[in-house]
Amino acid sequence: MTKAGEWAVLDFVSSRWVDILFRSYQHASLVVQSLVVATIIALLIAMLVSSRPWGSAVANAVSSIGLTLPSLALLGLAVPLVGIGTLPSVLIVIFYATLPILRNAIVGMQNIDEDLLESARGQGMSRLAILLRIRLPMAWPVIMTGVRVSAQMSMGVAAIAAYALGPGLGGYIFSGLSQIGGANALYYALAGTIGVIIVALIVDIVLALLARLTTSKGLLV
Amino acid sequence: MWRRLSREDRILLIGIPALVILIVAGWFIWHSTADLDDIEARTLAVANVATLTRQHIVIVVIATIAVMVTAVPTGVLLTRRRLSFLAGPVTFIANMGQAAPVIGVIVLLAIWLGFGTPVAVLSLWIYAFLPVLANTVAGLRGVDRTLLEAARGISMSPAQVLLRVELPMALPVIMVGARTALVLLVGSAAFATFISAGGLGNLITTGINLYRFPILVSGAMLIAALALAVEWFGRLMEVVLTPKGMK
Repeated sequence: MTKAGEWAVLDFVSSRWVDILFRSYQHASLVVQSLVVATIIALLIAMLVSSRPWGSAVANAVSSIGLTLPSLALLGLAVPLVGIGTLPSVLIVIFYATLPILRNAIVGMQNIDEDLLESARGQGMSRLAILLRIRLPMAWPVIMTGVRVSAQMSMGVAAIAAYALGPGLGGYIFSGLSQIGGANALYYALAGTIGVIIVALIVDIVLALLARLTTSKGLLV
Repeated sequence: MWRRLSREDRILLIGIPALVILIVAGWFIWHSTADLDDIEARTLAVANVATLTRQHIVIVVIATIAVMVTAVPTGVLLTRRRLSFLAGPVTFIANMGQAAPVIGVIVLLAIWLGFGTPVAVLSLWIYAFLPVLANTVAGLRGVDRTLLEAARGISMSPAQVLLRVELPMALPVIMVGARTALVLLVGSAAFATFISAGGLGNLITTGINLYRFPILVSGAMLIAALALAVEWFGRLMEVVLTPKGMK
């Protein structure tokens, strides 16, 4: 890059850093809040279906089909229903984020040593107690892996949802697109793309720490 | 064969084509009876939709072939003993790269190289290369070492070990990567319209720009149907191509 180019980048960043930080925060906040809702939805469904073979198969099939649907297509279906802006972003991110967590939660709750469940029953634990005190804690590391996959995916989905004027860094990418030929197009697109990668890394690190802190001590290797 | 499949696979292998037929047939019935205004009728004319679908499929097919013929050999190279020290760093970069939003990749390449179908194909190739590479490496590394030992023990050449033991054993994992990539590509090809490369995404941008919901929803439905059809095809291939001894 030429000397002038370097100065232009610095200029761009220094004149907009408050906005860049704000949009990064918006992006992270959209994804994290949606993840919380998605985790709750996924765990509730997983608890309902994990002991039923056909129920789990249907839930897994639905999540496979859901993950197949392109995000732009889903955005196209959401806009006529809820309009443009933040709401379609939130709904779409929650939709996609739920699916990997649901799949991992079902797998995790099912792959539990039969002996362990036997001894829990032998102590007179009820089905609900087994679910909450054995299945959920044992499945937790797998569930958290699902949450991290969801977070990664949601970063990109949130960027795309900005096409319907959603919040976050995606707006920069679309500003870059609409200003192609103009002086700042490249910087907008770069700020948006690199910003998403950085936010994704930070959120992933936080989630990895959270996974370690919330996993039952006996399960940590 | 059917009995050996998981319940989930059985639901998907029957359910997906049913869903696709429902969407496409539903769209044609709606299209022939709907009361469309001038712009909607012109955009949604069957000839125009067929052209957009063809553009979409061409982009996806070229990008998929490019990804498979580059990512799988790269994966094979990275798991050979002499280059295996590169596998760790490359996997790390691959994981980092997957955090980059595809729309950002497309827009950046378009700023650099201009608009059009070749640039769309190039950005999709870059985007789907990483997951296929990661799965190829994971699949090949997952092959039981003792099997390779045994293969060498019966004096198979390195090429024979690769072609007759490693690749067939790794095929299920590689196919999952290929199917994931294909589905990613069908979805991402919808963004080709942003850089004037056509495809069914065109209906979505037109629908939003002109605020015509029939066009918008048609685009969404047809892209979803195409993605589902591709997913189904990929799953079918997985079932058919898995070596008999591994089922």
